[in-house]
Amino acid sequence: MTYSPVIGLEVHVELKTLSKMFCGCPADHFGKKPNTQTCPVCLGLPGALPVPNKKAIDWTLLIGLALDCQVNHHSKFDRKHYFYPDLPKGYQISQYDEPLCVNGHLTLSTSEESKATSEVTHSGSSDGENRVRINRVHLEEDTGKLIHAEVDGEKVSLVDFNRSGVPLVEIVTEADIHGSAAAKEFVKKIHQLIRDLGVSDCDMEKGSMRLEANISLSKDGTLPPYKVEVKNLNSFRFLGRAIDYEIARQKELLTRGQTPPQETRGWSEAKNQTFAQRSKEVAQRSKEEAQDYRYFPEPDIPPLVFSKEQIDAIRAKLPELPQMKAARFAKAYGLKPSVVTILTKTQASAAFFEAAVKEGQKVSLPPTVIANAMVNQRQAFKNPEDLVRHLQTQTQEKVSDKITLRQFIDQVITAHTQAVSDFKAQKPQAIGFLIGQIQRLSHGKADGKLVHQLLLERLESSR
Amino acid sequence: MDVHHIARLANLKLPPKQTEKFQSQFDETLSAIAAINKLDTKNTPPTSQVTGQVNITREDKVDTSRVLSQSEAISQAPKSHNGYIVVPHVFE
Amino acid sequence: MSLNKLTLTQAIKNLQAKKCSAFELVKACLDQINRYDSKIHAFLELNQDALKEAKLADNQRRDNSSPLLGIPIAIKDNFLTQNLPTTAASKVLEGYLPQYESTVTRKLKEAGAIIIGKTNMDAWAHGSSTESSDFGPTLNPWNTQFLPGGSSGGSTAAVAADMCIAAIGSETAGSIRLPAAWCGVTGFKPTYGRVSRYGVIAMASSTDSPGPIAKTVEDCAFLTQIIGGFDPYDATSSSNPVPLLTLSKAKVKTKLKIGLPKEYLEAMNQETKALVHEAIKVLQNQGHVIEPTSLISPKYAIGVYTIVQRSEVSSNLSRYDGIRYGQDRTKFGEEAIRRIMLGTFALSSGYYDQYYSKAQKVRTLIIEDFNQAFKKFDLIINPPSPGPALKIGASKNEPLFGEMQDMLVEPSSVAGLTGVSLPGGFVDGLPFGFGFVGPQFSEDKVLNIAHQYQQATDWHLRKPQL
Repeated sequence: MTYSPVIGLEVHVELKTLSKMFCGCPADHFGKKPNTQTCPVCLGLPGALPVPNKKAIDWTLLIGLALDCQVNHHSKFDRKHYFYPDLPKGYQISQYDEPLCVNGHLTLSTSEESKATSEVTHSGSSDGENRVRINRVHLEEDTGKLIHAEVDGEKVSLVDFNRSGVPLVEIVTEADIHGSAAAKEFVKKIHQLIRDLGVSDCDMEKGSMRLEANISLSKDGTLPPYKVEVKNLNSFRFLGRAIDYEIARQKELLTRGQTPPQETRGWSEAKNQTFAQRSKEVAQRSKEEAQDYRYFPEPDIPPLVFSKEQIDAIRAKLPELPQMKAARFAKAYGLKPSVVTILTKTQASAAFFEAAVKEGQKVSLPPTVIANAMVNQRQAFKNPEDLVRHLQTQTQEKVSDKITLRQFIDQVITAHTQAVSDFKAQKPQAIGFLIGQIQRLSHGKADGKLVHQLLLERLESSR
Repeated sequence: MDVHHIARLANLKLPPKQTEKFQSQFDETLSAIAAINKLDTKNTPPTSQVTGQVNITREDKVDTSRVLSQSEAISQAPKSHNGYIVVPHVFE
Repeated sequence: MSLNKLTLTQAIKNLQAKKCSAFELVKACLDQINRYDSKIHAFLELNQDALKEAKLADNQRRDNSSPLLGIPIAIKDNFLTQNLPTTAASKVLEGYLPQYESTVTRKLKEAGAIIIGKTNMDAWAHGSSTESSDFGPTLNPWNTQFLPGGSSGGSTAAVAADMCIAAIGSETAGSIRLPAAWCGVTGFKPTYGRVSRYGVIAMASSTDSPGPIAKTVEDCAFLTQIIGGFDPYDATSSSNPVPLLTLSKAKVKTKLKIGLPKEYLEAMNQETKALVHEAIKVLQNQGHVIEPTSLISPKYAIGVYTIVQRSEVSSNLSRYDGIRYGQDRTKFGEEAIRRIMLGTFALSSGYYDQYYSKAQKVRTLIIEDFNQAFKKFDLIINPPSPGPALKIGASKNEPLFGEMQDMLVEPSSVAGLTGVSLPGGFVDGLPFGFGFVGPQFSEDKVLNIAHQYQQATDWHLRKPQL
C-alpha cells in the first residue's frame, strides 16, 4: 500500500496600496499605535459604506495574469459572515463565486522532490513539467488584530483595528503539490513573483504574506476522504516542516487503520510539530455551523465588469517575469538552457545582459559572446558598456589581425623546428606547445580558435 | 427550520419561552412567501442591485478627513485599555 | 398663522423678507413639541442647541449656498448625527453618540438647516407602524387611537403636527410613503441611488432610499434637490445629475398617459377605491389620460421583499456586537430577532437557492414588468396603502404586518423606482394617501404631476386637531 501526499496551498498577501481596500485610511499599519488608522468604514460603524480601491483591483488582476489566470469578465464582491471580535462588521467583504481571476498555473522546476520522498511515492505525472494549477486569485479585506493580555487581573483580548480593511489577496492552488520541497519552491516563487510585480512586500515576519496548507494522504491514488488544514505558517521553513510532520503523522494514523480527522491545525515552533487548533470561526460555534458563511452578493458595491481592452491594458503593465524572460532569452538570443538559467537568476543579471546586448549591437557583437563572457565570469564589469568595450577590443584584435597572427606563426615555426617535426610525427602535444608559444608572443590576446586553425593550415601546407 | 441552529448561526440567544412562538411564526411566514415559487424563473437571472452601475471604485488615495483619532475610535466602546478595545478572552 | 405651520417654501420666503427670524421659527416649533409631543411622541431626542443655532443663523448672511438657513428640520433617528445620539429606536444603540455625520444631514447643515431633533421609528426601521420602537410608539396626530404608520412614523407625525417645517425619512419599502399617507402629509421616495445612504443605519441595503417628508410636493422637491446627488462615499449613489426639480405645468407634457393597475385597485376597499376614482377625475380634468393596466400581482412582491430584506437585515445587523459601540446582541427586540433569524435562514447552506436566489429572480421579473408598463405609460397610479391608518396594537404578533401593509409599494421599492404619497381624501376622519410611481430617475415627472394634483385639491392643507 502506498500513500502519496496531496497538498493544496492558500497564500494571503497584503497589498501595499497607500489606502485601505474600501476606505481612505492609510493601509500601512505595521508598528502604528493601536486604533489610530480607522474610520467609520473599517471600524464598522453604523451606516458606513465600502467603496473599492481601484489600484487594489488592478493589482490583483496583475497577480492573476502573472500566474496565467483568466480574468473573469464579470466579477463582484460578496459578504462572508462569521462572528469574531476582530471582524468589525460581522462579515468580511470577500469574493465567492466570481473571483477576479481563475484557472492559472505556476510551473516548478522538475523536482527532485518525487525521488526525495523515499517511501512515500506519488502517482503524479512524471513528464518533466511540474505544474501547480491555481484555482483562483481573489481580493478581500484583512481583519483587525487581537492581542491576548491580562488587564486588572483578568484574561482578556485587546483589539486593534488598524489592519482592518487592508487589501488582502488570496491565492488558492489545486491540490497539485506532493511534498514539502515543492511546496516551498511554490511559495518562494510566488514570493519572488509578487515582489517583482511591486504590489506587496510579502514580509512574512510582518504578516504581509501568510501561508496555509491543506494536507492529506491519498491511498493508492484515490481521493482522500479528509483534509487537514494547517494555518499560521509564517516562514518557508515552517511550511516545509509542517508538511513533513503532517505527512508522517497522517501516515501513522492511516497505517493503523484510522482516518485522520478533518481539522484545522496550527504550527508550534517550540515543539516542531502541528497541533489541533480551534479555528477562529469555529471558536464559538459547533462544527456544523463553522463552514456556513452565508455568502451573498455585497449590495453596497456594484459589480465589476472587465472588457478585453481593460484586461489587455493591465496585462501590458506586467513586467517580464522570470519564466517569460527565460523563454524569450532562449528564443531571441539562441542561448542554451543552462546559460539562460544563470543569466535570469536575478533581475539584475538579466538586465545587465540585455543592456550589454543592446550596446553590443552597435559594434556587431553577438549576444552569445556576451552571454558566454558573463557566464564564465572571468572578470567582473561595473557596467554593460565596460564589458562590451572589453569584448570588442578582444575580438577586434583576434578577428581582424590574421596577418599579425601569421607572422607570429612563422616566427614560432622557425624558432621551434623540433616541435614542427614532432607534429609531423603525429605527436599530439606538439600543437599545444606551438599555440602556447604563439600566445606568448601575442601577450595572450590571440584568438585560440583562429590560431589553431591558421597554424594547422600552415603546417599542412608545408608538409 | 431549526430555530436553534439558525440562532447559533446568527449569534443570538433565543429567549427559551419564545422558541415555540418563533418557530410557529417562522412557519407561517415561510408559507406566506412561498407564493413566489409559482412564478417560472428558469431563464431569469437574479437581480441583486438595481442601479445598473458597474465598476464604481475610488482612486488609491489616503483620505485623512475621515480618519478618526484614537480617542474618537474607542469613544463608544464599553471597554478600552491603552488605546485598544477590550473584549473577553478569545482563543487565537 | 403660527410660524410652525408654515410650509418650507413659505418659511424661506418669510425669513428672506425678514417677516420672522429663524429664532422665532425654531421657537415656534419647539413650543409645539413641548405642548403636544408628550401625546404624540414623535421625537426621541431634541437638539438642545437648536435655539442657539437659530440665533447664529439670524446673524449669518443669506445667500444661494444656504437656501435652508434657519429652517428647523426633523430627522429620522436612523441618520447619524454627530452631536445628537442616534439609536434607530433600538435599545442596542441606546446612548450611541455617532463619530461622524450622514451625508444627508451634512448636506442639510451645509445648506443652513437646523436639526431640531431626532424622530421616532420602528426599531431599525423594521415595520410599518412605529409601534415597534424600543422607546414606545408614536401616535397618529389625527387620532391618537391610531397608528401613524412606519417606519418613518415619527417624521410624518412631526410634520403633520407642525412640530417642524419639514422632515427627513427613509424608505426601504413604504417607510416614507405609508406613514405619509396615514398622517396626511406628502412623502417622496426618490429613485434608489438618488440620495446617498452614507451614514444611514442600513436596513435593506439594496432598497434603502432616504427622502423628504413635508407639507407640500413643492417642499419635497426643494429638499430632494438639496439632499440628492452622487456621493463618493456611497458606491450605489447615482452619478446621474439631479435635474432642476422646478415645478411648473410647462415642465410636463400637458397630457400624460397614466396606468391604473387593476391588481392594485383590487387590494383596496370600497371607500378608498372611491377616493382613487375621485383623484383620477382631478387628473382627467387636467387633461391627463388614465388607462387601466395590469402588473404582476403585488402579492409576489411580498415574498421577494420579505426574503431580500430579511437576508440583508441579518447581514447588516451583524456588526452590532457591543464591542466598538452600543450594547450586545441580547438587546435586540423581538422583531429584529425574527428578521435576523429569517434572513439567516434564507442565506444558509442548502436554502440559498430556494429563498434568496429565487427571490432575486422574481425581482427581475417585477423589474421587467415595470419596464414593459413604462413603455406604454408615463407613470403608474400607486396609492401606498390599501386603507387609512390602523388601530394601535394592530401590528402586535403579526410577523408580516409591515409586509402586508406595504404590499402596494413593495414592487416599486424592489425595482428601485421613485414614488410619491400625497393627501388624497379622508375616511372616517383619517387621511387617505394617493400616489404615483415612475421609472428610475423620473423624479421630475412624478413631482410635477403630484404638484399639479395638489394645486387642484386642498387635502394637503387640512390640519389635525391636536
